[in-house]
Amino acid sequence: MHVVQISNMLIPALIFYIIAMGLSQKRDIYGCFTKGAKEGMKTVAGIVPTLIGLMIAVGVLRASGFLDFFCKIIGNAIDGFASGFPNELISLFVVKLFSSSAATGLALDIYKEYGTDSFAGLATSLALASTETVFYTMSVYFMAVKVSKTRWTLAGALLATFSGLVASVVLAGMMTGAH
Amino acid sequence: MMNYIWGGMLIVGIVYGMITGNMQAVTDAVIASSKEAVTLGISMLGIVAFWNGLMEVAQDAGIISGLTRLIAPVMRFLFPRIPQGHRAMDAMSANFVANILGLGWAATPAGLRAMSDLEQLERERGNGEYIEAETASDNVQSHVTKARTASNEMCTFLVMNISSLQLIPVNIIAYRSQYGSANPTAVIMPAIVATFFSTVVAVVYCKMAGRIEDKI
Repeated sequence: MHVVQISNMLIPALIFYIIAMGLSQKRDIYGCFTKGAKEGMKTVAGIVPTLIGLMIAVGVLRASGFLDFFCKIIGNAIDGFASGFPNELISLFVVKLFSSSAATGLALDIYKEYGTDSFAGLATSLALASTETVFYTMSVYFMAVKVSKTRWTLAGALLATFSGLVASVVLAGMMTGAH
Repeated sequence: MMNYIWGGMLIVGIVYGMITGNMQAVTDAVIASSKEAVTLGISMLGIVAFWNGLMEVAQDAGIISGLTRLIAPVMRFLFPRIPQGHRAMDAMSANFVANILGLGWAATPAGLRAMSDLEQLERERGNGEYIEAETASDNVQSHVTKARTASNEMCTFLVMNISSLQLIPVNIIAYRSQYGSANPTAVIMPAIVATFFSTVVAVVYCKMAGRIEDKI
């Protein structure tokens, strides 16, 4: 597939460009790389506790049967205009507005249930990549400057998120060639 | 908020499991999920460390500051009323570039600095809400601060951030590879398209919203 081929090219091309730029300027690229990689390891070490906490929470919700129940309720609520749409995806979209890590927990659950390369798996990947945590980001940034009247920010943020989700679903449909 | 979300998930799960008689499954899930999270962390370690290392090289080679210069025209289009050379512009550019490259750890500090620079800009513009609030906190602690209203620039900056600017979703690729994807990086191009689409919608919206409110 066309899109897939460009995707495959992108990372090697980027690595090539960055390394070539560094070499041509005679920078200490190996030293920089190892220093940055060490920072990256710290970042991951920092999120592993979050992953453990949330994957357990989602695991408990799934094992108790509540997750299926919740997805069914949400699915019924939207059945009128989106029948046949995986209910888990809708739950993911809702959760993503509030918490990125909780959404990650749900996303990994979707990967397990449907597979990463299924329609649901691809839509999940794209949705996570093209949206941000609306309420979290707004509260952190506005709280920093004590702003409480946020005017048109929320409407714009929701509109942008919704556009990203629609695009994700459409593109995932195109990639699987069905739905 | 995380306290309620996380706590709620566990409490609801356990209570629901009790009602439906799935307690054994719940116990198993706790053990299996914690194992799984660690396995995932280990496979992410390689990919994320590699990406960060590469970005460090990019920074050292001047590619990141080059990108900041590259997006200068876009920044002027988005924030036409910020005075030339104002600090707020630099902080916002740094935040956008970090977001584009998927450097979350660099994006948030730059973003917070941008917000406080924008706050300063409101003071320079003589916005009463911002000046008053400052003197109030200087004098007496008990003085109630008036609710501040976000400036046009703050709204635009936030909406752009939330529209997501990240080009290469490194974490998603790591998750996909861990969960047996045949081609973990297949989502890069479509993700760029989706991100681009939501960002264009955000830009159009911000431009319109800013203009409409100015007329009123």
